[in-house]
Amino acid sequence: MGELFATYPILAAFGMTLLLTFFAAIGAAVLGTLVAVLRVSPVPLFQKVGALYVNVFRNTPLTLIIIASNIVMIVNLGFSFTEDIARDNVYWAIIGLTVYHAAFVCESLRSGVNTVPVGQAEAARSIGLTFGQSLVQVLLPQAVRGAITPLGNTLIALAKNTTVATAIGVAEISGLQKTMTEDRIDLILPIILVVAAGFVVITLPMGLATSWLSGRLAVKR
Amino acid sequence: MSDAPWDHSPAPATPPSPAPSHSVVTRAPMVEIVGVDKYYGDLHVLQDIDLTVGKGEVVVVLGPSGSGKSTLCRTINRLETFESGSIRIDGQELPEEGKALAQLRADVGMVFQSFNLFAHKTILENVTLGPIRVRKRSKAEADKRATELLERVGVAHQSEKYPAQLSGGQQQRVAIARSLAMDPKVMLFDEPTSALDPEMINEVLDVMVELARSGMTMIVVTHEMGFARRAADRVVFMSDGQIVEAAEPEVFFTHPRSERAKDFLGKILSH
Ligand SMILES: Nc1ncnc2c1ncn2[C@@H]1O[C@H](COP(=O)(O)OP(=O)(O)OP(=O)(O)O)[C@@H](O)[C@H]1O
Ligand SMILES: [Mg+2]
Repeated sequence: MGELFATYPILAAFGMTLLLTFFAAIGAAVLGTLVAVLRVSPVPLFQKVGALYVNVFRNTPLTLIIIASNIVMIVNLGFSFTEDIARDNVYWAIIGLTVYHAAFVCESLRSGVNTVPVGQAEAARSIGLTFGQSLVQVLLPQAVRGAITPLGNTLIALAKNTTVATAIGVAEISGLQKTMTEDRIDLILPIILVVAAGFVVITLPMGLATSWLSGRLAVKR
Repeated sequence: MSDAPWDHSPAPATPPSPAPSHSVVTRAPMVEIVGVDKYYGDLHVLQDIDLTVGKGEVVVVLGPSGSGKSTLCRTINRLETFESGSIRIDGQELPEEGKALAQLRADVGMVFQSFNLFAHKTILENVTLGPIRVRKRSKAEADKRATELLERVGVAHQSEKYPAQLSGGQQQRVAIARSLAMDPKVMLFDEPTSALDPEMINEVLDVMVELARSGMTMIVVTHEMGFARRAADRVVFMSDGQIVEAAEPEVFFTHPRSERAKDFLGKILSH
């Protein structure tokens, strides 16, 4: 076990996993909220655009999204963020993870919006709040509280889905796991244990925080 | 609380009317509904509705279930659209949508059967949200006015609590304070006491009576005849999407003209 940690950059690889999770979580939260706003807006065109987004990205395999974003953009369109290929791949991985999980964030928030009684939206309008103001002041704060559990599930799925970034050569833990297994098949069991334990260490607090928050923030009705 | 004069600031020019008067014609109009038709699919819920409510007038709307009372209320501040006709508030046509509509809605208070307080905000925040976001008042100013209003409706000591911690009667009084905080030109009430336990109905009606005496223009959908008798200038009876008759409360309750009104009164008076 100590030998593994001495030979391979296990902590650095988990660091990359965390980094992907962190930035993609922020990205997905922002993008997912925007798409959710489209879906609950009163404008039919916006609703359709939001629904199209969700249906396209939720139903496309993540690996495909990440490979496609990377290969199509860099190879076919000649677009890249930086000269440094390794860093560029990290950026594309974050983007792929973001657009995919935004669809799930959107749907979680939408389920949260449905927990808010329609009368409150009417009350918000009747005191003269605009659509945007009622969204920000009344609907979304309660939607988030009502959506803590599915949002937490999305975050945990995101952490584990970062392993797909290995498909475009990002040095996160599952890529390293493959290398380690190829080199040291004799240590297969410790390798699996270390990787599994690492993910538990990352995702367990997320699950605990989710339960704690959903109990604490629940809107009393 | 119940005996304190309403003292709605800014002080209304109209003195508290000792007895409801029927001098509708002499009042300047606050709400003018002309030839309004509304459909839900094939259902013609509002049929050529004409109704003018004068400044400071209190109109009680009565009628059987499904006659379109709620729809009429909701149409007045455009929570519902309508197909034809026009609605003016204080001489201004209702805008179709957008910012202008939001501004106009701010002038029309609405109190719902189910209170509809914002569940994640404290009582004080419920009352200050509109003044701060819509009227652009400072927080200090909004807090001060909200506290005054909450005192008047008798729930000031609850201002840091959340709606779910209050009784129905208290929540409805907060909802009234929330509307009043916008300094509305007219207040709409859609069965404000129907969801309340009997012992809480009067605490809400008392607040509404004081409000009526302070000169507020009010349109109230309610079956509380006591309220109609104490505070209304006029009773409007609706049936099947039409206004069937309108009269002073005493006249309407004792001598209804239409068969439908007689039938309706027979049913609600018998229990
Ligand atoms: N959103 C809607 N879609 C379709 N029909 C509706 C809708 N809202 C109300 N209606 C119908 O319109 C008619 C009038 O309803 P409304 O709620 O205005 O009646 P009301 O007089 O307020 O009745 P109640 O005393 O039961 O509250 C009813 O027949 C009702 O079923
Ligand atoms: Mg109704």
